[in-house]
Amino acid sequence: MAAEGQSIDALSQFALTPIAAGFTNSNLYMLVAGAGISALMLIGMRSRARVPGRLQSLAEVSYEFVYGLVRDQIGHEGKKFFPFVFTLFMFILFGNMLGMLPYAFTFTSHIAVTFTLALVVFVLVTAVALAIHGLHFFSYFFPEGAPKALAPLIIPIEVISYLSRVVSLSVRLFANMVAGHVMLKVFATFVVMMGSAGALGLLGAVAPLAINVALVGFEFLVAFLQAYVFAVLTCIYLHDAVHLH
Amino acid sequence: MPQLDFANPLLLTQVFWLLVIFGALYVLVSKVALPPVATMLEERAAAIAADLERARALKAEADAAMAEAEREQAKARAQAQAELRATIDAAKAEAAKAEAELARRLAAQLDEAERRIAEARAQAMAAIEQVAAEAAGAATARLIGVAPDEAAVREAVGAALAARQG
Repeated sequence: MAAEGQSIDALSQFALTPIAAGFTNSNLYMLVAGAGISALMLIGMRSRARVPGRLQSLAEVSYEFVYGLVRDQIGHEGKKFFPFVFTLFMFILFGNMLGMLPYAFTFTSHIAVTFTLALVVFVLVTAVALAIHGLHFFSYFFPEGAPKALAPLIIPIEVISYLSRVVSLSVRLFANMVAGHVMLKVFATFVVMMGSAGALGLLGAVAPLAINVALVGFEFLVAFLQAYVFAVLTCIYLHDAVHLH
Repeated sequence: MPQLDFANPLLLTQVFWLLVIFGALYVLVSKVALPPVATMLEERAAAIAADLERARALKAEADAAMAEAEREQAKARAQAQAELRATIDAAKAEAAKAEAELARRLAAQLDEAERRIAEARAQAMAAIEQVAAEAAGAATARLIGVAPDEAAVREAVGAALAARQG
């Protein structure tokens, strides 16, 4: 799916193809990500050495990284959300990282996927808030001490900002992954197009190739960062749900 | 953009499988994968804490033993010094006693010697008086032909000797 007839086709990499029973190539990579996470944790912790080896260190570092995140953001009550945040972070991280492999499908580049994940977070956060605070939860939409006269203005704004968490959470991840992969594809296509245009073109292909090399490094950063941002925001929302402000 | 092609049924089935896979992963991670890590980390933290605690106890023990040894050493040094001082004092007393004894003996000998000298002198004096009296009597008889009274001569000689002796 490189340069087809001198046109740049940057979007076909996101096309879903069915495998069986509505199971798509995207879901295949989700399965691979899940298997990778399970393998890391289960094989890594198999030896249970007091002085850990490489894989065990990686498993423990992942654990402690997310655990530190949850503890710092949510506090002591955050412990019970740790498995969820861990799963979410690792799932997105593995999805983003798997997407960096050539020919791999990046399932986090699908708004349907990121929106679903954001919706899961949203539902969880709202459910937790309602379970802990009951109807008092709705005071979240009207800050204490604000003038009553402003209520018609403040409450819709707060509600919209609360609801828009789902959108911002999902679009941020989706847009980052799409933009990165489109850029990689575009510059890679440049390399192919120029490389096939004679000796001078071959020379000219060096620049987009160099850019692509830099972009790959940058995309690895983004892959980690976006998983981290998703997890941090989830923790912050959970903190709000637990503590209300 | 394939992601926004909502007419594609695969978009929905993808979400369905996402929920299935994510849910299964959540269960697997929370029930199977994470607990061993938690126990592992707890065990390690406990082991490190225990090791540190033991090290601290051993250090305290070593410090106590060290202090004890130092105390023992100080005690031994003090004892040795006391003994040394006692020995020196005893030796000094012994020496002083010996010196006093020597001085006493010397003084006694001196006295004895002086007494003997005085005695000898007295004898010598007595002998001189006798000789002098005889000589004076003989000389007088020779000169004047008259033998003087022996007692008077002796008295005169005695007086003369006493004057000379001052």
